[in-house]
Amino acid sequence: MLEVRNIFKAYEGRPLLNDISFNVGAGETVCLLGASGSGKSTLLRIIAGLELPDSGLISFNGMDLTNTPPHLRDFGLVFQDYALFPHLNVYDNVAFGLKMRRVTQDQISERVVSSLEMVNLSGFDKRQVTDLSGGEQQRVALARALAPSPRLLMFDEPLGALDRTLREDLLNELRSILHQTNIPAIYVTHDQEEAFTIADRVLILQNGKIIRAGAPAEVWTRPESAFVARFLGLGNVIEGQVTGQQKNGEWTVESDFGVFAVRCAHKHQKGDKVHLLARPLSAENDRFERSEPTRTCRGAGVGERSRNVLQGVVSDVIFQQERFKVVFENGLYVYLSEAPKVAEKLAVRVKVECLL
Amino acid sequence: MENRKKNLRVSVSLWLKRFSIWLLPFSFLAISFFFPLSKILTLTFNVNTLTTENLQLAYRVLDFTFYQAILSTLLTLLLGLPSAYLFARYDFRGKALLRALTAVPFMLPTVAIAAGFNALLGSRGLIHTIFPLSSFVFLGTLPAILLAHVFYNTTIIIRVVGNALSSLDPKMDQAARSLGADSFRLWWNINLPLLRPSILAASLLVFLFDFTSFGVILLLGASKFSTLEVEIYLRVLKLPDLPLAALLSVIQLFCTLIFSILYAHFASRSTTQIAPRSSKSNLRKPKTLREKMFVVTFIFFLSSFFFLPLSALPLRSLFRLEADRGQRGEIQYGFTTDYYTELFVNRRSSVFYVPPIQATLNSLGYASATVALSLLLGFPAALALAKPTRLEKILDPLIMLPLGSSAVMLGLGFIISFGSWLTSPLLVPFAHTLVALPFVIRTLQPALASIPERLRQAASSLGASPFEVWKNIDLPILRRATLAAGTFAFTISLGEFGATLLISRPEYPTIPVAIERFLSQPGGLNYGQAMAMATILMALTTISILLIEKFRLPNAGEF
Repeated sequence: MLEVRNIFKAYEGRPLLNDISFNVGAGETVCLLGASGSGKSTLLRIIAGLELPDSGLISFNGMDLTNTPPHLRDFGLVFQDYALFPHLNVYDNVAFGLKMRRVTQDQISERVVSSLEMVNLSGFDKRQVTDLSGGEQQRVALARALAPSPRLLMFDEPLGALDRTLREDLLNELRSILHQTNIPAIYVTHDQEEAFTIADRVLILQNGKIIRAGAPAEVWTRPESAFVARFLGLGNVIEGQVTGQQKNGEWTVESDFGVFAVRCAHKHQKGDKVHLLARPLSAENDRFERSEPTRTCRGAGVGERSRNVLQGVVSDVIFQQERFKVVFENGLYVYLSEAPKVAEKLAVRVKVECLL
Repeated sequence: MENRKKNLRVSVSLWLKRFSIWLLPFSFLAISFFFPLSKILTLTFNVNTLTTENLQLAYRVLDFTFYQAILSTLLTLLLGLPSAYLFARYDFRGKALLRALTAVPFMLPTVAIAAGFNALLGSRGLIHTIFPLSSFVFLGTLPAILLAHVFYNTTIIIRVVGNALSSLDPKMDQAARSLGADSFRLWWNINLPLLRPSILAASLLVFLFDFTSFGVILLLGASKFSTLEVEIYLRVLKLPDLPLAALLSVIQLFCTLIFSILYAHFASRSTTQIAPRSSKSNLRKPKTLREKMFVVTFIFFLSSFFFLPLSALPLRSLFRLEADRGQRGEIQYGFTTDYYTELFVNRRSSVFYVPPIQATLNSLGYASATVALSLLLGFPAALALAKPTRLEKILDPLIMLPLGSSAVMLGLGFIISFGSWLTSPLLVPFAHTLVALPFVIRTLQPALASIPERLRQAASSLGASPFEVWKNIDLPILRRATLAAGTFAFTISLGEFGATLLISRPEYPTIPVAIERFLSQPGGLNYGQAMAMATILMALTTISILLIEKFRLPNAGEF
């Protein structure tokens, strides 16, 4: 279906997009996830045809669209600020794309009614768009994009201007509409929760490059870089140094927070700087030790028992339904099913992963 | 090297394009505003003008101008603040209607307002003929002037302060109360400081309108009171002394400029300080007895205060209550349409007497010319200001400068500069365009700027070709804004009084000028015809206002 190949784009000498390539398959929803300035919106505008790339190729079903003007691409676009036509009512807004395609009046009204029904706005056709609430306006914008049945839908932070509960409701509706219509979609957002809810595949952008791509679960389990782990808020990212050779498939890594043994396929050298991820949920609850961790955890000669242990003075315990979030004074945190006391010294065994 | 050349060429052509856009509006402003202004300035700064005697008179007039403007502003606040509170906090039936009613006078020509108060409270008005109390005098008193000022300026307070008030978070009230503040402390320490910029901005705007008020003071003051505006008029037409008139108008311009700058300062603060939020949640139905009393009293008072003068005018124009001039024998009192049928008759075949219908036609002709001229000049200016370069941001206030100068001063400038052309009826549309141009630009500019790229992009992603985008998006949005701007210019031209009174030729009067003439003549017929013409003026203006509201894009800005 959609193919994006080696897109480069610079603005005033500053690279915005750096060799971007990816595909969107039939019925697939791909999410471009990144902080502001990562280039995700520029990429979307290039795919829509609103901007031209410096080099690279956009094609759909094998047909080159790189220089096709936007109105001939048949890609629907939904903006964050809705961009509804203020001089047209709801009906005429939704009918706009159909009118441009020279569809008969009967078919237009049929499509408008079914599109409005799909976004739960039946009966709104005669309303002025300026009288609608933000959520209703975004539904109209969605119906407007859906009505001509485009071959690709694009969303540019569509829920960014809405409040939280409304955002969740609309997101779920959008997800079911996308499944129902089976239209492939590209969804741009900076909100990882939104991305993981809606996407079949997530592309994480940083400084104009795709640094991680994959299904939500895959990206979640293997972030593969400190940036992604921090951006997604996966847990404690600890900086350390490899101290020795691999033993039994494990590397020993020394850090300010203790010594860790980590199993990975990377080829490290002694002295390499690495990032480790200690997920707060991996804390081994049943083995948490209330004993005073008096021994120093640094240097050689540390016993097996004190490896992969996070320890410190508890500074805060937060109840989170089925678990407690335990924050240490050194900034690390874990989730435990039993609540320790504040100011208590605590050592918790965790699993660590190597992020490179 | 190649690149730099190319850049240079691009920027030169860009400048040429910008220059050609500005050519027309700026030549117009240069000829009809800055040239007359320079004439006024040279006339003013002259040893023969700046005499002790002239300065003493100027001081006396300035003193009264300030006095009446401050008094009017305070009275307007007295009525406006509780009304703003009423509209911002309470929900009641007929609220939208009452709000619209309070806004109507602001848009009406001052001549129509003066005629309305005259029809209600004047010595030949409705109340006087129904309850003949000889001791009650209205015309020619300070209260008459103040009342009319309050009448058309209260809506400013209601809008500006009301908007600020309804955007205050009601939770702040609750927070302050939970921290132990009583009602007085809540207002004194929380609400008033937050509202201060908008109250100041609104008051300054009201003050500005009172300061430059002309028609009301001339017609209701019955030449007993002289503000700067009225004095300039007198020194041009009644006791000709052009240097003195020039001196007064320079003082006037200086004052209005200072107040305008102050207003802009407070207006910008009042918009940034309070975060916009839904204003619905602040509204409530009156519950306690005290609330109900307040709401009912104010609704009653506001509706009668705003409705009576507006309805007195058409009513008075349909009833014969006194003898016509020279009329003897049996007088038919009561309902009559004579005043309207008489509009088509030239009673005295004098050269300077023009049948009222002719004045109406003149007004319509001038208004049409003003619409054409102001759109012709306003479009390029608005187009350039919609996406301004840095230089154009500096030019913007220059274009708005005529707004700060009074109508009478514009008339004076025309007389001094184009004295020999005063025979040309073309001068009137030029003067009206000068007054209307800032409004036209301010109406077109947001529409031109508000067709955001996003709308065009949305349309093209829906399959609209560039031509279809222009046809379906740009054109309809612009058409509405153009209609609104044109109607604005039309309305302003219809009601313009100050400049027209100075420069219109006696044989080509406009409706407001004719009303003034009829009002100054004795006899029931003349008075009735003044009322009839004022009614027509009011009707035309009201229709125009409704059209503007219909055409104007929602949220396209106020004032």
